[in-house]
Amino acid sequence: MSVQVITGNHAAGYALSTAGEANRNSRGTACGIYPITPQTEIVEYVAKFPFSKGRVVPVESEHSAMAVTIGASIAGARAFTASSSNGLAYMTENIMVAGYYRLPIVMVGVNRTLGPPWNIWADQGDTLMLRDFPWLQFYCEDSQEVLDTTLLAFRLAEDHRILLPALTCMDAFIVSHTQTETTMPDQADVDRYLPDLDLPHRMHYDEVRTIGGLAWPHEGLSMRLEIDEAMKRVPDVYQECRQRFSDVFGRDPGDVIQTFGTEDARQILVASGTMATTAREVVRKRRAHGEKIGLVKIKMFRPFPGDALRQACATAERVAVLDRNYAAGTGGIFWQDTRAAFQGHRDKLLIQNYLTGLCGEDVTPAVIGDILEDLSGRDSAGEPVWMGIDTTKETLQ
Amino acid sequence: MNATAPLAHDDKCLLRPGNTNCGGCGMSVGLTMLGRALDKAGDSCSLVIPACCGIVTAGAYPTTSYGVPTIASTFASSPAVASGYASIRDLNDEPGQVICWAGDGGTYDIGLATLSAAAERNENIIYICYDNEIYGNTGGQRSSATPAGARTTTTPSGKTEGKKDIMSIMAAHAIPYAATLSMAHPEDFADKLATALSMTGMRFLLIHSPCPTGWKSEPEDSIELVRIAVASGLFPVYEVFDGARYRISIRPDGTDPAEYFHRQRRFADDDIDLDETRRICAARMRRLEVLSQHFD
Ligand SMILES: Cc1ncc(C[n+]2csc(CCOP(=O)(O)OP(=O)(O)O)c2C)c(N)n1
Ligand code: SF4
Ligand SMILES: [Mg+2]
Repeated sequence: MSVQVITGNHAAGYALSTAGEANRNSRGTACGIYPITPQTEIVEYVAKFPFSKGRVVPVESEHSAMAVTIGASIAGARAFTASSSNGLAYMTENIMVAGYYRLPIVMVGVNRTLGPPWNIWADQGDTLMLRDFPWLQFYCEDSQEVLDTTLLAFRLAEDHRILLPALTCMDAFIVSHTQTETTMPDQADVDRYLPDLDLPHRMHYDEVRTIGGLAWPHEGLSMRLEIDEAMKRVPDVYQECRQRFSDVFGRDPGDVIQTFGTEDARQILVASGTMATTAREVVRKRRAHGEKIGLVKIKMFRPFPGDALRQACATAERVAVLDRNYAAGTGGIFWQDTRAAFQGHRDKLLIQNYLTGLCGEDVTPAVIGDILEDLSGRDSAGEPVWMGIDTTKETLQ
Repeated sequence: MNATAPLAHDDKCLLRPGNTNCGGCGMSVGLTMLGRALDKAGDSCSLVIPACCGIVTAGAYPTTSYGVPTIASTFASSPAVASGYASIRDLNDEPGQVICWAGDGGTYDIGLATLSAAAERNENIIYICYDNEIYGNTGGQRSSATPAGARTTTTPSGKTEGKKDIMSIMAAHAIPYAATLSMAHPEDFADKLATALSMTGMRFLLIHSPCPTGWKSEPEDSIELVRIAVASGLFPVYEVFDGARYRISIRPDGTDPAEYFHRQRRFADDDIDLDETRRICAARMRRLEVLSQHFD
């Protein structure tokens, strides 16, 4: 174990590579890689890693990066890749396949604005457009969380009760290119945490089996139901993986939601990624002045931790959901899921959406302050509020 | 993943009875020949099949017409999925070929970049394109392998562009082996499969694959049609080693191509400029003769 000051991309590259290396006594590891800003350093890291039993395939597109990863995974290898923004959009068809094939692939997604206009800054719209696929999704706020969550994602994805791919996300530049102090596990500890991958449905070269061909509606339906059942097991299995992580690495990788000051909070901010980092500081300062406010950071977005969120908001009268993403014509995606989680439980709870940090805008303490001010003045929720732009005046000509 | 219980009695057969191929389909012959070549070489294979008629061949879960491990890939992805799968085979020193079985749409059109990249990396796979010159699965639309004059549902008055020369493209990658195969010449067909099986690295095989449904031809004419295609020079049968050494396997015998067009209702007689066709065929053969002289 060593402590280093590294970027989110470095943390991701390290976690992916050591996880792959940890499978060297089994079927090995392989991945397809393709660069895109701001994810490039991850695949560069992986390309340099001296795998004992692995192959890194530098392909011609993200679509093929995932396809190579799928092929390796079907053959029983530990398989992973990384991408961002338009790369994820281009890869999408095969991302879907990895999920429906129930392959425990781990991918790191660096959240970058989808173009046009061309924009390399943070926005979660890219990974959130994948929200309806059978993939687990985690949003991280610093290098340590990226590293820990990526390692945990392998163990969770590969658990026989789950067998679903997982996506670990971080904000472009704010995490991907910002160096923070990070405790780096030794390979030996990663080996202890990640046992040899035993993929029960891997293809053997001498069996008669066809996968992915036609299935009639009812068979298709039963496969969808199995995915739903696996998704429902995630919260419990996550806790086991989290406990085991603490045992091996001596560090808590964090819960699926992380609360701050929610015990007595009347107003709660719900945020993810680095928005949560900033919001936590604002909440800390204001609570010191006696304000009854709190923060819920949503780390796991898929499956959506509705139970935990409802519990965390037990004392809340008003909830502000911060979304660094925008589903056209609707609003923020975390907001949609938050509302759905409270429906039928607390239908009167005021849940207001704030679209903030879109297209890489900064989410500063002042912005969080504005959100809290708007929230506390409300007696009912309204349309999603666009932060940082005057919706009555400002349009681009 | 859908598990499929094998039918005990014909496990060994690559293409098992009861498949859904149309009568007279070239795939049935091609897959049977492939199975025999593997048996003869004492080899085995896994198939990676993109969206195309070839994956419909498998039939519906939980049955399969393929007597080997078979993976369906997305339309453009078979060479990439095969790259990952074959990598793990090689890392684990396991036997058996990894073979992509793909249509012309997956090869000449949507999967061309993926195929080119796998060829450039010299992946240790065999890529077989059964070229029926049409999108069969979706009901008969043009591909860039569709020859000039052919009527498809998206070229209702006949295709105005000629067929893409995929062999030159693949040869330009300097892969160990690229060859065209005609099921009208089974010995040559079998020899080329044996050659491909004996090598490592990227091997590309192009099969002229009759498709009565898409060609609007009689099923019993299938072999005769591909025979005329070879004899008239419409489908040159040759092989290329390392992108450099060309060898013509079967020379045209001067057969007139007219019969080829007459027997398929995808061609309307007035759409085909026979003189132009003869000229193109002759020029293509001259080029191949020159290439094979220089490099043989
Ligand atoms: C991305 C994508 N686009 C379109 C399709 C629909 N599609 C399935 S098979 C096919 C045509 C296949 O043509 P070809 O490769 O020549 O094989 P054939 O059906 O002729 O055997 C198309 C367009 C698809 N499955 N995936
Ligand atoms: S449409 Fe053509 S290629 Fe497809 S199964 Fe029928 S004959 Fe074969
Ligand atoms: Mg076709």
